[in-house]
Amino acid sequence: MNYMTDGYSEKVMEHFANPRNVGEIKDADGIGKVGNPTCGDLMWIYIKVKDNRLEDVKFKTFGCGAAIATSSMITEMAKGMTLEEALKITRNDVAEALDGLPPIKLHCSNLAADGLHAAIKDYKERTGKK
Amino acid sequence: MTRQIYMDHSSTTQVDAAVMEAMLPYFSEKFGNPSSLYSLGREARKAMEEARTKVADLIGAKKEEIIFTGSGTESNNLAIKGLAYRNRKKGDHIITSSIEHHAVLHTCKYLESQGFEVTYLPVSKEGLVNPADVEAAITPKTILITIMHANHEIGTIQPIEEIGKLAKEKNIPFHTDAAQSAGNIPLNVDNIGVSLLSLSAHKLYGPKGVGALYIRKGTGLEPLLHGGGHERDIRSGTENVPGIVGFGKAAQLAKERLPEAAKITGLRDSLIKGVLEIKDSFLNGHPVKRLPNNANIRFSFIEGESMILNLDMKGVAASTGSACSSKSLEPSHILLATGLKHEEAHGSLRFTLGHGNTQEDVDYVVSTLPEIVNKLRMISPLAR
Repeated sequence: MNYMTDGYSEKVMEHFANPRNVGEIKDADGIGKVGNPTCGDLMWIYIKVKDNRLEDVKFKTFGCGAAIATSSMITEMAKGMTLEEALKITRNDVAEALDGLPPIKLHCSNLAADGLHAAIKDYKERTGKK
Repeated sequence: MTRQIYMDHSSTTQVDAAVMEAMLPYFSEKFGNPSSLYSLGREARKAMEEARTKVADLIGAKKEEIIFTGSGTESNNLAIKGLAYRNRKKGDHIITSSIEHHAVLHTCKYLESQGFEVTYLPVSKEGLVNPADVEAAITPKTILITIMHANHEIGTIQPIEEIGKLAKEKNIPFHTDAAQSAGNIPLNVDNIGVSLLSLSAHKLYGPKGVGALYIRKGTGLEPLLHGGGHERDIRSGTENVPGIVGFGKAAQLAKERLPEAAKITGLRDSLIKGVLEIKDSFLNGHPVKRLPNNANIRFSFIEGESMILNLDMKGVAASTGSACSSKSLEPSHILLATGLKHEEAHGSLRFTLGHGNTQEDVDYVVSTLPEIVNKLRMISPLAR
């Protein structure tokens, strides 16, 4: 009897049930804060950068199952990537990695990509790299 | 296997075994059309009329005042549009509340597009309509007051006797959507003073696809469905005989089981008390003027859909007023009308109990929920 999960892939449910990389990075090199609790989604992405690579990525999210799953997914995807590679991750990449999202939840994958990109932007601004 | 606990009875209920049994013959050997004159048809007609009496008995009405429809939504549409269209020459103003079911609200919105004027009354933070506001909203052009009996989400029971009295004094037809209250609390059309009252079978252990509208004698309605003149020419279409028979049986059982409300109220209060032990949790709705089966609680810093999914993984079925669970991505208009902020509305859970629930079920939910709330708060950036 899965009342609500029919719209979600097994992969979404798996990430939702066991989210990866949850938490804050105290001495983060960049933080991306996107979304708005008024709309029901708020994502904070923390990154640690070493030698132009994402050494660590963590998140904190207020939101629905899809918001939590996309946050978890993007941290897993981005970890170990160069900044350039990470900036190329699109919402479609996140949705595809999760075996798809219900159409109405696609904005969550948008938010995850935006969050990561915002964190990288923050890092670049802090370090003066453009 | 995880245990399965159903606490979403305001969404729908399981068809009672006795109801199912009563319905079955009308799918097969007793399949006649109630309009047919031969014995097979007369048999169906008789069963349907017996069901009408039983539904009437549940609300203290006369049998002739009950029209069967296809759903509670249809009953609301028929009551509101039917009355508005019939009385267009008398006036064009309708009074309703801001916390009605969408079947009422969206019907009113539609009528606005057709040139009617609608007043949507505010509610208190407990979700109560103030009868003085109703009185103040009445104009010489008011042709209908439609205020729900009990709210489907927060369970608040409205002062409809007072509103009914007011409507009677002003000689304005009063409609109430009683889909959630029927079977949960006593209901009598004369005590309320309504002209029109909507019911739905599947909220009280009857089948889906059947509703009823009580129409007080002398209340004229324009039909929405034209055709063969069924249901006193107010609702054409061959009657859903098995569904109607099931509704009749369910109504009869609901009346007999009304005293069990005390038991369900006890479970509700135990659930509310247990869940409110969780830090930063609050009761939505009215502490006392609420349906015996409704517990609606909001949790700060977290979102409803993710709570529902986690509860589902633990075998518990409940619902939420969060936007993320709705098709529109809008949070519950009811919670917003009670003055909650968007983010507060997102974190609301609704548990609605039924006859099948036990203290054990309540204890299980009370012991399962804190872990879920904590887990989600660990992930949330709002919880500090």
